[in-house]
Amino acid sequence: MLMQRGKPMVAAETVPEVKTFTGNRGLEIEEGLIFEIGRSENTGVDLDEPAPFEYRLGLLERREPAGLPGLSEPETMRHYVRLSRMNYAIDAGIYPLGSCTMKHNPRLNEAMARLPGFADIHPLQPQSTVQGALELIAELARWLMVMTGMDAVAMSPRAGAHGEACGMMVIKAAIAAKGEGEARKIVLVPESAHGTNPASAAAAGFEVRPVPARADGTIDPAEVQRQLGPAVAAIMLTNPNTCGLFEKDVVEIAAMVHEAGAYFYCDGANFNAIMGKTRPGDLGVDAMHINLHKTFSTPHGGGGPGAGPVVLSPLLAPFAPVPFLRREEGGFRLVEHLSEAQGPFGRIAAFHGQMGMFVRAFAYMLSHGADGLRQAAEDAVLNANYVRAGLKDLMSEPFGDRPCMHEVLFDESWLKATGFTALDFAKALIDEGFHPMTIYFPLVAHGAMLIEPTESESKASLDLFIATLRDLALAALRGETERFDGVPRHAPRCRLDETRAARNPVLKWTKPSA
Amino acid sequence: MPTTHYTKSHEYIRVEGETGIIGITDFAQAQLGDVVFVELPPIGKSLSKGAEAATIESVKAAAEVNVPVSGTVVEVNSALAESPGVVNEDPSGKGWFLKIKLSDAAELDGLMDENAYREFLKSVS
Amino acid sequence: MRYLPLNSEDRADMLTRVDVKNIDALFADIPEAKRLNHDLDLPHRKTEMDVERLLSGLAAKNVAAGSVPFFVGAGAYKHHVPANVDHLIQRSEFLTSYTPYQPEIAQGTLQTIFEFQTQVAGLTAMDVANASMYDGSTATAEAVAMAQRITKRRKAIVSGGLHPHYTETVRTYAGMAGDDALVLPPDVFATEDLGALVDDETSCVVVQNPDFFGNLRDLSELAAHCKAKGALLVAVFTEAVSLGLVQPPGAMGADIVAGEGQSIGNRLNFGGPYVGLFAAKAKYLRQMPGRLCGETVDALGRRGFVLTLSTREQHIRRDKATSNICTNSGLAALAFSIHLTLLGDAGLRRLARINHANAVDLARRLAAVPGVEVLNKTFFNEFTIKIAGDAAVAVERMATAGVLGGVSVSRLLPDKGLDELLLAASTEVNTEADRAAFVQALQGVLKC
Repeated sequence: MLMQRGKPMVAAETVPEVKTFTGNRGLEIEEGLIFEIGRSENTGVDLDEPAPFEYRLGLLERREPAGLPGLSEPETMRHYVRLSRMNYAIDAGIYPLGSCTMKHNPRLNEAMARLPGFADIHPLQPQSTVQGALELIAELARWLMVMTGMDAVAMSPRAGAHGEACGMMVIKAAIAAKGEGEARKIVLVPESAHGTNPASAAAAGFEVRPVPARADGTIDPAEVQRQLGPAVAAIMLTNPNTCGLFEKDVVEIAAMVHEAGAYFYCDGANFNAIMGKTRPGDLGVDAMHINLHKTFSTPHGGGGPGAGPVVLSPLLAPFAPVPFLRREEGGFRLVEHLSEAQGPFGRIAAFHGQMGMFVRAFAYMLSHGADGLRQAAEDAVLNANYVRAGLKDLMSEPFGDRPCMHEVLFDESWLKATGFTALDFAKALIDEGFHPMTIYFPLVAHGAMLIEPTESESKASLDLFIATLRDLALAALRGETERFDGVPRHAPRCRLDETRAARNPVLKWTKPSA
Repeated sequence: MPTTHYTKSHEYIRVEGETGIIGITDFAQAQLGDVVFVELPPIGKSLSKGAEAATIESVKAAAEVNVPVSGTVVEVNSALAESPGVVNEDPSGKGWFLKIKLSDAAELDGLMDENAYREFLKSVS
Repeated sequence: MRYLPLNSEDRADMLTRVDVKNIDALFADIPEAKRLNHDLDLPHRKTEMDVERLLSGLAAKNVAAGSVPFFVGAGAYKHHVPANVDHLIQRSEFLTSYTPYQPEIAQGTLQTIFEFQTQVAGLTAMDVANASMYDGSTATAEAVAMAQRITKRRKAIVSGGLHPHYTETVRTYAGMAGDDALVLPPDVFATEDLGALVDDETSCVVVQNPDFFGNLRDLSELAAHCKAKGALLVAVFTEAVSLGLVQPPGAMGADIVAGEGQSIGNRLNFGGPYVGLFAAKAKYLRQMPGRLCGETVDALGRRGFVLTLSTREQHIRRDKATSNICTNSGLAALAFSIHLTLLGDAGLRRLARINHANAVDLARRLAAVPGVEVLNKTFFNEFTIKIAGDAAVAVERMATAGVLGGVSVSRLLPDKGLDELLLAASTEVNTEADRAAFVQALQGVLKC
């Protein structure tokens, strides 16, 4: 019955409260909602009323205002600056989130993305007026292809999950072209996969069948062989996998998947571990999305935007969606219509793709170069193993004592006797000034704690992080409940009542009745 | 005299005559955490053993309640719409999900009784 | 390398601690035959200066919208974004923060999402809005999928006034799911009768307002037809500023709203990143895709915000999720929200009036040009003209003459016999001189 283990919420017990008149705590300001501060008659934008003119709106002029408050520029500035101060950020500290690759976001990228020649051009201007933009996309695409050893890349997906859906749609089109569309409806997805994998396969109209992991956390080729057959369209693997381990049988698995007439989709979320060290194309991958907001440093922005270009093998390339770039005699041309090419399965979004993220990722790639990218991957893997070395005597590893790649996975077994959970451990880290690691993912580990430091962390930063985790771990093992009671206590908010939020959803502000 | 039977996926069915009351066990509600939403089947729906009868959502998880034996839905606990938390408070009493009219009582033989379920719980915790 | 803090001494120390001889030992699981023994065939690292030089060179090859008279729309619009907005979204805590899964240290992001959701709901006059989608086109496709889930029907009817890219996107997603999308032919004059096509098998009708050709449509009657047949009305918009002056979809009976928010707070960016706005009636809440932020309290009773109703999403429901979306358009949504906070009702209305005034003026001037006919009865800040000649050629020629004079309809709808049609958009950034330059350039082209 249970698809996933839920964790009960625990309310804080006694938290020493610092009472001030305002409720503020020094630099930490309690800030209301714009609807409580602003007034609809006010505005922070100076605009000149147009001279009287006759509307051409028919009878469709807006009758009721939207109820939006306006704030002057100084009020707006204060509001958002104060709110920003309640946020943790990479610029302020480590985000050891496994599978997220929270590396430093270079500011050069921001400056380049804002050049008017990139930021101030319209996707539907005549193509002759945007050749520089098309050239950048083509160059970025070339770098992605060289790094992955693949022949083509679909640049239009707006995020990783979008890329996954795109990749699965390409595979579906390829299968249909072979006349096997009715037969091959199943996609094999490991139980350790990120939730977007099965969701994306379902979006493309496939049925998902789980593949179990073996005791060491990797996929067993024998298990794959058992599941392959004429009804299977593809397998979706993450490599390195979500446990931070390289799938060492990947070449064998790719071969048997191809032998069975199916395709190998690779989730490229962990590409940061292997760039410059091996190429997915050489491993037998047919399609792989790359998260520019992970491996290539484009900023997370509190939840997006991202970009998820998909590299493709020669067999799948013809089925890539529109639009795509063609190099022609005069320069570059975007092919935008299905009528112009045989094969593309369609369009997955308006316009051409996340140009803003392309510029940023390209600036990152140019800055690092081939040597820098390889160094980044090596440092990422070294950092993760350094963290592992510092903790493995205290924290249990679900798949045994073995080196990891760019992320290290622990589970809850070592906490069992203490009564504390991974959640308590994670929340205690907040008070120590760190963002918690990923918890409860991947699902194949019980009480997973997945740590990915990335190459952006200095040795000193890692030493402090390790020392802190050791201190907390020892406290847990000694049963020091006061370290974990009601944590976090020092953050702008204590534990929030998520049950109340879900049982009685309040998803917007409404004017309180008088 | 009602008899209660349990499944390996932590549903229970309390049978009296031809009717059975179905819910989830205390272990299951503890695993799920605070229940926030319950979706119940329409009255009259016929379900075969193991089919999905209801869905539960907690803050961090979603799960299906499958019928332990085949039958037709005769009543559902609509109080859960207003107070899903009752599932956590009283899973075996007020937190019941649905009542079915059994179509094949022999299917009960495949389920665990109270003692067997208690033993089973020792192995999963 | 400037972004890599470890030096060779660090690395040596750490390798010792990890107890391996060299870094390649940590890559031992990669099959030997597949390991790269040399760096990739790509340029070596570059200084910041060199990267700037290279990229500035590429940027200089493009004609920026602010450098010439600019009238290009068709789903993305050039508006003035106050300097404050870009400054605020570049604050470290907004730019470099993650999705707010640890709410105690993400109240900044969460409160701004809550404000954004409230603004979008108010703007569209709907009950509830989510934390954003990638863009308007994918939001539309998700709206159709949501309608299928709710009605359990498989046929969507798509207006001939929907942006062609949006139509293609809907078609792709519907096709993948094995659903039908009945797409009507391009509806230049907004004369199609969608209501007559709605039947008991229709999941939804997808209609855009203002439509692709600029026409304004009253959706109330269509909403009634849908309701009578148990179908849902999905209302779409591509120009968010229009909602400052035009009736919102919620007031006309829409069940689900999908729109593009780029116009507010975000630059043209050659097509992305943009921000999808998504709203619906309260009763459909559990079927909504995307993240939702809700109000609650913390252990000390203080108001706070959290992501909620996550059990609809991929990280919990996996293949049964309402959508596969994970990353959305957080920072672009923040930019939208900040700009809208600066505007408020009064500012937005004035901005919309200026847009409409400029478009009305442009239409008047263009209508006076021999060989040019303005086709719309109604419009907001964009309308369709028919010219005596090929519109794509005209656009190219005007570009050569230094004017970006709109988009030929054939750029998005080739081979439909619409080659003489041109979409002209006029926002607050045009001056009278710009509009005169457009007219002059078009006149020049038509004379040849």
